[in-house]
Amino acid sequence: MRLFSWRFIRVWQRNRDVFFSLWHAEAPGFLAEPIIILLAMGLGLGAYVGLVDGQRYIEFIVPGLIAGYAMFSANFECTYGSFFRMEYQKTFDAIIATPLSIEDVAAGEIFWGATRSVLTGSVMLAVAACFQLVHSPWALLIPIICFLEGILFSAIALFFTSIVPSIYSFNYYFSLFITPMFFFSGVFFPLSSFPEIVQTLSWAVPLTPVVYVTRSVIGGEFQPGLLGALALIVALTVLFFSISLVMMRRRLAK
Amino acid sequence: MVVIKTKNLTKSFADLVAVDDVSLEIGEGECFGLLGPNGAGKTSLIRMITAVSPPTKGEIWVLGGDLQSHSRQVKAVLGVVPQVDNLDPDLTVLQNLLTFARYFDIPKVEAKRRSMEVLRLFQLEDRCKSRIRELSGGMRRRLLVARGLINSPRMMVLDEPTIGLDPQAKYLVWHKLTELKSQGVTQLLCTQNMEEASALCDRVAIMHQGRIMSLDAPVKLISRYVGEVVWEIELNSEERDKTIKDLKSHGLDFEVVGDKIHIFHVKDDELTSGALDWRKAMRRAATLEDVFFRLTGRSLAE
Repeated sequence: MRLFSWRFIRVWQRNRDVFFSLWHAEAPGFLAEPIIILLAMGLGLGAYVGLVDGQRYIEFIVPGLIAGYAMFSANFECTYGSFFRMEYQKTFDAIIATPLSIEDVAAGEIFWGATRSVLTGSVMLAVAACFQLVHSPWALLIPIICFLEGILFSAIALFFTSIVPSIYSFNYYFSLFITPMFFFSGVFFPLSSFPEIVQTLSWAVPLTPVVYVTRSVIGGEFQPGLLGALALIVALTVLFFSISLVMMRRRLAK
Repeated sequence: MVVIKTKNLTKSFADLVAVDDVSLEIGEGECFGLLGPNGAGKTSLIRMITAVSPPTKGEIWVLGGDLQSHSRQVKAVLGVVPQVDNLDPDLTVLQNLLTFARYFDIPKVEAKRRSMEVLRLFQLEDRCKSRIRELSGGMRRRLLVARGLINSPRMMVLDEPTIGLDPQAKYLVWHKLTELKSQGVTQLLCTQNMEEASALCDRVAIMHQGRIMSLDAPVKLISRYVGEVVWEIELNSEERDKTIKDLKSHGLDFEVVGDKIHIFHVKDDELTSGALDWRKAMRRAATLEDVFFRLTGRSLAE
């Protein structure tokens, strides 16, 4: 396996420039949807649910929604976004004819996907704070958590992108992996509501430790499980980051 | 000085050998043409030389060093003009060049200066704020060539640089390429346009089925394979068989092309030998295209 170099920043800058020049096209979805879901689920469903773990339901779902939407941002960026750049716009081909390597391109995509997670997570945090749903100053760590989470999910997404034959394959990725994960990782209800076997299985999906960490940080309550969850996130990140670099080289260096 | 050298270079894919044992040397300041029908292996060869695709076998040296081990340094002084348009459609013309300059670590002010310079060179300066999707096909292609110059390359690899250009733009690009050559920029030019190869290239390699069939200066290839002039004669079917027999018996070199016959390497004394009624034939200058057909055949490769 070959490592990436600092030059990955050039790919990150390219994606940033395009993102800000198309800001008006991206902003509505990226800002409005999290606000809508927070209010709809929190106030609408929350009216029936009552207290969860001693909190109002709308407060309970804030950390999960931050983690969940940060995950979606990274995933959309490094599946549809990366695939589009790679296959339709041939942007990667143009870049690897310059001093950048395939690994630099892959790392640039992953770090950009992570940046999208940070943007989404921070906007959601700000919205939640405006509704007075955030109480602990530890919540200021959320952008950092979102960055780690973003690297993890961008790496997983880019790995998938490196092996799919067509853009339609992402339907499987989202409907069989991402969406179920969103519901089985403690976003909308505590994992303890599930039978024991499902609880165990849910720790095998990468969003679960992220939701756990996000919930601890927003609540300002730290338990010993936190270190384990962080270690799990780091380990999965290293694994998928490496695989996606290797597979991207396989796909592009033909 | 040899700038690009390959030795026994081979590229195989699962079910075909795209480049088969190619050895060549390209000198500094030379314009080297690569001709061949579709699927001849030109693009595969170029992808290996530009360090984008690893060879299956064989070696490549660029600027005196092994390409594999110092591909970043080579790519830093290489200007690539791809066949497929890979401009950034979401950015403007100027942003495209600035973004590209950033891949080469060219400082911002210098990048802006060079961008305007290459835009002027290809008469695109008043489109610098346009988005790529607003440009015509010809403008995009000129911009691709301009982008290939942003790092002031020592070597250029151009894959069909004038495809789809109108004659005015084509001559503009040819003129710039000739100018670059006179400044010592080595060029590897891949083209289907025989006129382009004759006009620009010092030497030409004709590729077919992954191999180099012949390699020399365009005029030398022409005189070797077809002679300076080609005689063409159009005949109806009755005359045809007899004429073919006569040409054979006189030992003339000819080729039947549809309802025409092309006759090559005709010497002056043969014009009076009675092999043919030469008054019915048309005499024209031989071109690289004649060589191309002789070496690669007339059937479709794909």
